[in-house]
Amino acid sequence: MYVAVKGGEKAIDNAHEILEEDRRGDLELPEIGVGQISEQLGRAVDRVMTEGSVYDPELAALAVKQAQGDLVEAIFLLRAFRATLPRLAVSRTLNTGEMRIRRRISATFKDLPGGQILGPTYDYTHRLLDFGLMAEKAANEPSGETDPSDAGDQKSRDAEGPIPKVLDLLDRDGLIETFEAGAGDEAGEEEVGDLTREPLTFPAGRDLRLQNLARGDEGFLLALGYSTQRGFGNNHPFAGEIRLGEVDVEIVPEELDFPVPLGEITVTECEMITQFKGSKEQPPKFTRGYGLAFGHCERKAMAMALVDRALRTKELGEEPKAPAQDEEFVLYHSDNVESSGFVEHLKLPHYVDFQAELTLIRKLRQEHDDPGSGSEPAAERAEAGE
Amino acid sequence: MSDDAGNRPYPKQVADRREWLGVLAKTPLGDLEQLWQTVPRKPPYEHLRQPETGLAMVRARAGGKGPQFNLGEMTVSRCVVSLSGEAVGVGYVKGRDLRQAELVAVFDAMMQGPDGEWTANSVIEPLKRAQDQRQTKTRSKAARTRVEFFTMVRGDSF
Repeated sequence: MYVAVKGGEKAIDNAHEILEEDRRGDLELPEIGVGQISEQLGRAVDRVMTEGSVYDPELAALAVKQAQGDLVEAIFLLRAFRATLPRLAVSRTLNTGEMRIRRRISATFKDLPGGQILGPTYDYTHRLLDFGLMAEKAANEPSGETDPSDAGDQKSRDAEGPIPKVLDLLDRDGLIETFEAGAGDEAGEEEVGDLTREPLTFPAGRDLRLQNLARGDEGFLLALGYSTQRGFGNNHPFAGEIRLGEVDVEIVPEELDFPVPLGEITVTECEMITQFKGSKEQPPKFTRGYGLAFGHCERKAMAMALVDRALRTKELGEEPKAPAQDEEFVLYHSDNVESSGFVEHLKLPHYVDFQAELTLIRKLRQEHDDPGSGSEPAAERAEAGE
Repeated sequence: MSDDAGNRPYPKQVADRREWLGVLAKTPLGDLEQLWQTVPRKPPYEHLRQPETGLAMVRARAGGKGPQFNLGEMTVSRCVVSLSGEAVGVGYVKGRDLRQAELVAVFDAMMQGPDGEWTANSVIEPLKRAQDQRQTKTRSKAARTRVEFFTMVRGDSF
């Protein structure tokens, strides 16, 4: 039991003052702007939006600035701000097939309609520190204008129009699981669980699992995804398709009876495919794992897709053996605001609890050293001390 | 946005309004203000819904086509105006800019009123052109990173 403490107001005020100084750092250096953070530390901002579960680059950049780059703290700040806003609408489902693609790759098919588009990626870089960036105007600073001469008009024409989804190719041959038709066409027609409205219950449907994973900590999901690849979950996945780009968000306003676009957002999508040996009911085929994140969060989307697939164990009639397949374990521990809250609360004064434990240990020690002095069994008292 | 949206075309009036609202919603506040300054006869308007900021829950589908789930929320601002008691304009934009939502609503109302043609030619058209250009640029940038991978041993089985 936690017993509250009082006092320390002055010291707390002073501590916050020092924190402010610490955040600002050397006054000789110019203060960093929120715009600079969202433009130049975009991946940090994207992670805060994804796990903070609010798409708003400016707010996320502010949170990163205020939290001195502590992303979990920034996520907490964004979640807290979210709680102050009313919900005005639920969007129509995103159509990632209509994405305006900036990056799109498949590890399963070399030649595919629309091609492999690397886009902005760290893949194939040498991971050498670029000391040019240390001098603030690096010699190779991009001009902002890319040379269109080698783009080839043909190539850019190729990319016009929506680029088909890779997994649809497998779908055509019936080698991959399909989705049941009539899964509800419009927002509202289908009952979709919402973790921000009702607490998580088990067994959780795929809707709740995906929402939980989308908000989940990247590091936690990355480790779990990795564990499935290493044999804890018997997963041998392929990155069927990863795409990054912009999609429209549409809502049906209260004032109108048709959907209107309210702008576009950047998302990263990952579809993993995994071999499935089949069961009594189902023939062997490929199964899917799905990852989707705000902004450019490729590692997160991939990890999410691996864990999504692992959590489908029961549904596919596989025997759950590994941590990543245990939905209570995964879903209860994925949220970094909850986990850091519980871990970090250990910093707060626990004087009364600790005094109780101290007294208990002293009594138990006495009994241990001098058996026969106590009248109750020690175990019973140990429980009473919890 | 649902998968069958393409199979069920909207009536022309609705399709047109969806298009211009989409163009307006994607326009940053600075550009909207600038265009507003160019309006020769600025119509008086009143708020039917005061500008406000809130959230929209973004829905997605597993695998892009499967069961729905809630991906996360986004900030949204909205405003509804009426132009001299006639046309009603609706503005819904992403983000927290109340003035942006208001201007989208005003231009939406103007598109439905006597100044519709002027607004279409002087506001929507140039914005749409600029957006198309930006999209083409993004697309050609992406196209420059298109690669051909060759398998080294087993040839071209795929």
